[in-house]
Amino acid sequence: MAVDEIPKSVEYPLGTGMRYESPESIEGAVALLANSGAARILAGGTDLLVQLRAGMIEPELLVDIKSIQEARQITSENGGYRVGAAVSGAELGEHAALKQTWPGVVEAVELIGSTQIQGRASLGGNLCNASPAADGVPALIAAAALCTIAGPEGQREVAVEEICTGPGQTSLGKGEFVVSFFFHERAPRSGDAYLRFIPRTEMDIAVVGAGVNLSLDESGVCSAARVALGAVAPKAMLVPEAGAALVGTRLDDADLQAMAAAASAACEPIDDKRGTVEYRVKVAGVLARRACAIAFGRARNN
Amino acid sequence: MSKSKLHVATTINGDSVEFLCEPQQTLLDVLRDELHLTGSKEGCASGDCGACSVTFDGRLVCACLVLAVESNGHKVETIEGMADGENLHPLQEKFLEHSALQCGICTPGILVAAKALLDIDPDPTETRVRYWLAGNLCRCTGYDKIVRAVLDAAAEMRAN
Repeated sequence: MAVDEIPKSVEYPLGTGMRYESPESIEGAVALLANSGAARILAGGTDLLVQLRAGMIEPELLVDIKSIQEARQITSENGGYRVGAAVSGAELGEHAALKQTWPGVVEAVELIGSTQIQGRASLGGNLCNASPAADGVPALIAAAALCTIAGPEGQREVAVEEICTGPGQTSLGKGEFVVSFFFHERAPRSGDAYLRFIPRTEMDIAVVGAGVNLSLDESGVCSAARVALGAVAPKAMLVPEAGAALVGTRLDDADLQAMAAAASAACEPIDDKRGTVEYRVKVAGVLARRACAIAFGRARNN
Repeated sequence: MSKSKLHVATTINGDSVEFLCEPQQTLLDVLRDELHLTGSKEGCASGDCGACSVTFDGRLVCACLVLAVESNGHKVETIEGMADGENLHPLQEKFLEHSALQCGICTPGILVAAKALLDIDPDPTETRVRYWLAGNLCRCTGYDKIVRAVLDAAAEMRAN
């Protein structure tokens, strides 16, 4: 090919007037969002910038929420924790108390991408990007975490499992954004865990993800359990039947088998290069069972 | 819609730097194309390869996944800030000694990433080095020489 035929480097497909704003208050962000056309929230940007570059989205406005204190901090609240939507994975991992209390949630977030991605990627972004395979989301759902959402009508609290409605889709209304997550106070003898299956040891997208959160009573019987699955349906989902299979049991073999069967039965996965339907359904049960074992061990030691 | 550029005041390798940029320009675009700091490389432009690794307020990031405007008021360190004048950083010396590079495209990113690790862990295990550098792809070396060079540099830095 002659030199003059070599294509020039690819230009950004956008840039025709996209605005960037970095408000310092929730109200400021809401006002910007209310008065604009297509807008996107910028937290860590590790998904957003890729989508911008690929021309998958062409927003008129980017609202960077990292200057909003409520979105950037981890605080204690009512015996639990409040975690800002734009807190990075690295910051979560460095918060010893949070990691001690919710190891499954923190480990799930730490599975997202490389060290570089961890430096930016956030829980809010992982949720609102609404990938069915997002690692943080099953762990958040299992933890019964709540989202605080700000919008033109003020603030509201919603369970995490209510946010995603399908691949890339959320229930957030125009002008709304996730400010923070609330993790309730832990009952004694509680533990959580998240496992994902990938064909490699690192840096891959979940074929299946399983989050488990459970509590034991004083005699060691399971008093509450939540099991959530990722990458086996259009969105990460709570599987109430799987949790119910554990309550009232001591997580013996037959109980875990019943839980695994319930988890597999709830799956509605796609066939793709990462795994077939049959494979994902089977692995979901196995993975949920392994995550139960880890959560159970943690609960007994707490 | 306004096409006016954004004014950014940041600190790069310890120097105060001001520049104008478009909202959609990445930090990597500005480092390379406007500030002519071309040590940071563009490999994938999607956060997969780590060739554009820099630190942002001390934290390792991909410059291709940060907007240039986001650096306003923050501190960025690039490969250009690694050597002290003519004196190479121990990591750079060890990469030469161990031949831990061939084509060299990944090398600046790996050096920046390795330095970020040694800043927080002067005595990392081989496993930790490998996991830490999992976001830095190298298509030439097979990684062993890189890992050996990082461990050797860490040992030398601890001894001095």
